[in-house]
Amino acid sequence: MQERLSPTQQQLIEAFQRGFPTTSRPFATIAEQIGSDEGSVMAAFADLKNKGYLARIGATYATGRVGASTLAAMEVPQSELEKVAEKISRFTEINHNYEREDKLNLWFVITGATRNDLVRTVEAIEAETGHTVHLMPMIEHYRLDLGFNLQWN
Amino acid sequence: MELTELHHRLIEQLRNGLPICPHPYAVIANTLGITEEGVISALDQLIENGLINRFGMILHHRALGYQANAMCVFDVPDPMAADIGRAMARLPYVTLCYRRERVAGVWPFNLYCMIHGRDKHTVRAQIRHMTARLDLCDMPQKVLFSKRCFAQRAGKYGAVPFTAKNMAGGQHGSA
Repeated sequence: MQERLSPTQQQLIEAFQRGFPTTSRPFATIAEQIGSDEGSVMAAFADLKNKGYLARIGATYATGRVGASTLAAMEVPQSELEKVAEKISRFTEINHNYEREDKLNLWFVITGATRNDLVRTVEAIEAETGHTVHLMPMIEHYRLDLGFNLQWN
Repeated sequence: MELTELHHRLIEQLRNGLPICPHPYAVIANTLGITEEGVISALDQLIENGLINRFGMILHHRALGYQANAMCVFDVPDPMAADIGRAMARLPYVTLCYRRERVAGVWPFNLYCMIHGRDKHTVRAQIRHMTARLDLCDMPQKVLFSKRCFAQRAGKYGAVPFTAKNMAGGQHGSA
């Protein structure tokens, strides 16, 4: 996959998963830092987006300090899994939703502004799917999301 | 740091990502009805105070070639969880590491780490290395590889309590 990334795109991925500039013209700031020009940098970002590498330029938050969130899991019969997963993904409060290899086979993250919002979402999901949502809220984190390396570990 | 209504609205706007154009903060400012400087200073506050732990490119790891994503869970004695968790977090292949609440009668595991790797074979070798290195062989544990990804997008952390748009809109629109 990585062969299709241009040197500029690789450079962007290595340098700007953190510390994206908060200047008036951030793409021009980046261009200055990597020795390019604003138009080329914007084109490189747009191409990464179009090709599905870049989800968005945005923020990840310190869990527990902004809003509320919890990991959740559900046991869903295989025959219903796709339908139930689709129902859950339709909730805008869900930000990750994965099938995993276990009896508890559907894992998702519920987000909200407050804990009460989480409770309401859980109740709505249970009502809509007919399955129990098990919650595994975080107690402490030891490593937060730092982005991905292009080099393999 | 106390979050203001503006911070909440900014957080909500950032879910869509920054537009790729010469003045992206001005575009967000326009939507929020404030100045570009106002957006940048509110964002800088969130970053400087550590509420935003990372601001930048959020990537689809599967597209980048990280095809195997393992959630490793362990049932470790609570008093040992922090020490083991911190040691786990120092391993170069561990991308996330948390202590979570157990679910009585359903899920006894309290320590979680994520390993994203090129393929299952590589990730399995890393898990073997981790369990040996941290002496976890005797702890109850499971490895849950991900299969299908049904959704991966930004969390909805911003409350937008005071706007007419929010009051009128349905809660579960398509994202």
